[in-house]
Amino acid sequence: MFPIFGGAIVIVLALGLYCVFSAGNVIRILIGVELMTKAATLAIVLAGYLAGRMALAQCLAITLIVVEVAVIAVAAGIAVGIFKNNGTLDTSELKTLKG
Amino acid sequence: MYFDIVILALMVIGALWTVMAADLLKSAIGLALASAILAVIMFRLTAPLAAVFELSVCAGLITVIFISVISLTRRGTADAGQAARRFSRYVWPLIILTAGIALIMIKYIPDLNLLPAQAPEMDMRRVLWGQRSLDLFGQVVVLLAGIFGVVVLFKARAKSK
Repeated sequence: MFPIFGGAIVIVLALGLYCVFSAGNVIRILIGVELMTKAATLAIVLAGYLAGRMALAQCLAITLIVVEVAVIAVAAGIAVGIFKNNGTLDTSELKTLKG
Repeated sequence: MYFDIVILALMVIGALWTVMAADLLKSAIGLALASAILAVIMFRLTAPLAAVFELSVCAGLITVIFISVISLTRRGTADAGQAARRFSRYVWPLIILTAGIALIMIKYIPDLNLLPAQAPEMDMRRVLWGQRSLDLFGQVVVLLAGIFGVVVLFKARAKSK
C-alpha cells in the first residue's frame, strides 16, 4: 500500500515543482505551490494512517489546510497588486520589486 | 485496493491536467478536481474531518480565489506559448527524477506494516485542544496575518486610485 500512495505523492510533488519552475505566470506558480501542498497533506494523512494515529494526522492536515488558505489569499492579493502596477503577470517582465 | 489505485491515478491525472492546461481557468478547475479526489482518498484513509476541510476549503474557497484573480487579471495571463517553450528545458530532468524516486520506493521500501496504534487513539478534538494548542495559536496568528495583509494591500490600492 505504501509504495503506491508514496509513488502518487512523489509524482504530484514533482508536477508541482515542474509547474513552479517552468511557469512564466505568477498565478501558475501559485497553482504549483498548491499542488505541492496537496502532496504534503496526503503524506501527512498517509503517515497517520500507517502509524495508527489518525487524530494527530487530521489535526496536522487541518492546520496545513488553514495555513495554505492564508498563504494563497495573501499571494493572490499580491498577484493582483503586481498586475495593477505592472500591467502583466509575466515573471520575465517583472523587473522591480514594487508591486 | 483497486479502488485506491484508481482514485490515486485519477488524482495524478487531475494534477497533470492542472500543470499542462494552456488556459489558466482550466488549470484552476483541474486543481479543484484534484482536491476533490484527494478528499475521497482522505475519506478512504479514515480521516473524515480533514477530508471535509479539504473539500470545502481547497476545492471550494481556493478555487474561487483563483478564479477571481484570473478574472481580475485576464489581460496578463496569456502564457501558453511560454509554457511550451519552457517545457523541454525542465520536463526531462523532472521525469527522470520522479521515475527514479518512485522506483526506489517501490523496490526498496517494503509494504510498511507500521506500528498498529499502541494506545487507544484519543478523540481528535481532545488532541486538537489538548496536545496541539500551540498549533492552534499559530493558526490564529497566520490567519490574522493573512487578513491584515489583504486589508493592507487593498487599502493601498484604494489610496492610489
